Amino acid sequence: MAKPDNTSEKSSNALLAWFDARLPVTPFWNNVMTGYYAPKNFNFWYYMGSLALMVLVIQILSGIFLTMHYQPNAETAFASVEYIMRDVEWGWFIRYLHSTGASFFFIVVYLHMFRSLLYGSHRAPRELVWIFGMLIYLALMAEAFMGYVLPWGQMSYWGAQVIINLFGAIPYIGEPLTEWIRGDFFISGATLNRFFALHVIALPLAIFGLVLMHLVALRENGSNNPDGVEIKANKDENGIPVDGIPFHPYYTVKDVFGVGFFLMIFAFVIFFWPEAGGLFLEHDNFVPADPLVTPAHIKPVWYFTPYYAILKAVPDKLMGVILMGVSVMILFFLPWLDRSPVKSIRYKGMWYKVMLALFVIAFIRLGMLGMSEGTPAQTIEMRVWTFVYFAFFILMYFISPGGKTKPTPERLTH
Amino acid sequence: MPTDGVNKKRRRFLVATTSVVGAVGAGFTAVPFIKSWQPSARAKAVGAPVQVAIDGLEPGQILKVQWRGQTIGILRRTEETLSLLPEVDGDLRDPESQESDQPAYAQNGSRAYRDEYLVVNMHCTHLGCIPQMIPEVGAQPFEENWKGGFYCPCHKSKFDMAGRVYKGVPAPANLRIPPYSFIDDSTLVIGVNPEGAV
Repeated sequence: MAKPDNTSEKSSNALLAWFDARLPVTPFWNNVMTGYYAPKNFNFWYYMGSLALMVLVIQILSGIFLTMHYQPNAETAFASVEYIMRDVEWGWFIRYLHSTGASFFFIVVYLHMFRSLLYGSHRAPRELVWIFGMLIYLALMAEAFMGYVLPWGQMSYWGAQVIINLFGAIPYIGEPLTEWIRGDFFISGATLNRFFALHVIALPLAIFGLVLMHLVALRENGSNNPDGVEIKANKDENGIPVDGIPFHPYYTVKDVFGVGFFLMIFAFVIFFWPEAGGLFLEHDNFVPADPLVTPAHIKPVWYFTPYYAILKAVPDKLMGVILMGVSVMILFFLPWLDRSPVKSIRYKGMWYKVMLALFVIAFIRLGMLGMSEGTPAQTIEMRVWTFVYFAFFILMYFISPGGKTKPTPERLTH
Repeated sequence: MPTDGVNKKRRRFLVATTSVVGAVGAGFTAVPFIKSWQPSARAKAVGAPVQVAIDGLEPGQILKVQWRGQTIGILRRTEETLSLLPEVDGDLRDPESQESDQPAYAQNGSRAYRDEYLVVNMHCTHLGCIPQMIPEVGAQPFEENWKGGFYCPCHKSKFDMAGRVYKGVPAPANLRIPPYSFIDDSTLVIGVNPEGAV
């Protein structure tokens, strides 16, 4: 492709050759971009992975700039956040970028996980892709929780109080364990300082490493697709999948289009609706932490409320904590719970469509109920949806091997 | 690489011992880092007893103070409040305070050294929120037959005016009673047992 009469390309090629002799730039690019063949039928749901990666970058960049003004100290933390909002030039923008980014991270990740439920992306041979993804999700939950504590408002303080005390429900070691996590006999500056350290260094490093493993494991077998059939089973004489197209330029261009659309919505929220009516930034967190007064209505941020509702649905401390833990952990086993002969919902029977629809309704309703006051009627509804939530996984194990399916195609469909 | 004459047994032994010694070393090295998360000496030192003047406390009033970072409530109960306590016994999980945390001198019907004053650790035994005192007798949104007590906004746990937990709520035990004693009729000290009491 090099043209001998083009001097600028020649010199850039010479520079590239200099690098290639010392660093595998071209082989790496070919390996992960132009020489990597992805299924040709990716749809809307396949935007979410690259969007999640971009939000991670946004969070790291905005986070670095926030640490330049924030003070991790129980006496000054709240005031330093107000200082960022009012006195630092563009400080409000960087902070809203970070707080809105947290919620959008979860929106994108939940849609990304839902894609797996649609097309069976967690099924063999991609179980490790799913497990690394789940580990990212857990690390992200810890990261979000600790980040929420840092502004040291009322919700920061009492949210930390409730979440850390969850560990106190463990028999025998519970009490010493909560003291160890807090570094004090109550939530104090010691807790704030260590959460700051974990939030800005330890967990981002862990998430970065896990994302790398997620991608390496994904590229080993290549992406699944909406049809759930393996494109590598059907290769041409050059060993290239006939239903594959090079990741670059086809999917880089597609992902850039998705990024553009995403950033429009993201910018709208940052500029016009950063608190999202108390969903992204809760009203009580604009009040400084007060150890003497618990806010009248305490609830976590929206992305935790489905699990919080499961905790609230159980009238027993230890059982509630166990059931909430299981509700997250059961997702790890998804690759082995789904035993259907086909991967994609397109070729599964009506049974799966109904179950998945009920599961989605249960997750959303639990999320809404988790924010509610919790009247007796709401408590009963929480129990019903908690039951549906778990039934989805248990029934899947028993119905999927014999559930009705349609024949899968040899090639991808359009 | 020639592998003839390699003593495989010795090589395995060396690899195994190096791994074990290395793992033990890494384990011991982890101890200082794990221990550094424990409450510091300064945090432990802030546990001194707290003296509270109670002569200004009117019947029905509650005073909140901090002791060891915990919010302690001092409630001066009326005769009426005390007389209502036995009426809810049937709705309670642990009316005799058998499985709850309190000094022996407060393990009685009123859960107090002197019936009139309830000295109670205000943190809910579920997840540590501070319940609101709702002393009014009569139907409440969360309880038809309310005789006054404490209601936790976090997870709807209910306690009576002696900090005893209701049945069917997430809190597993009655509110904790800290050690305390009276220096005289107008001064209370939290963190010190009465003389002679265990």
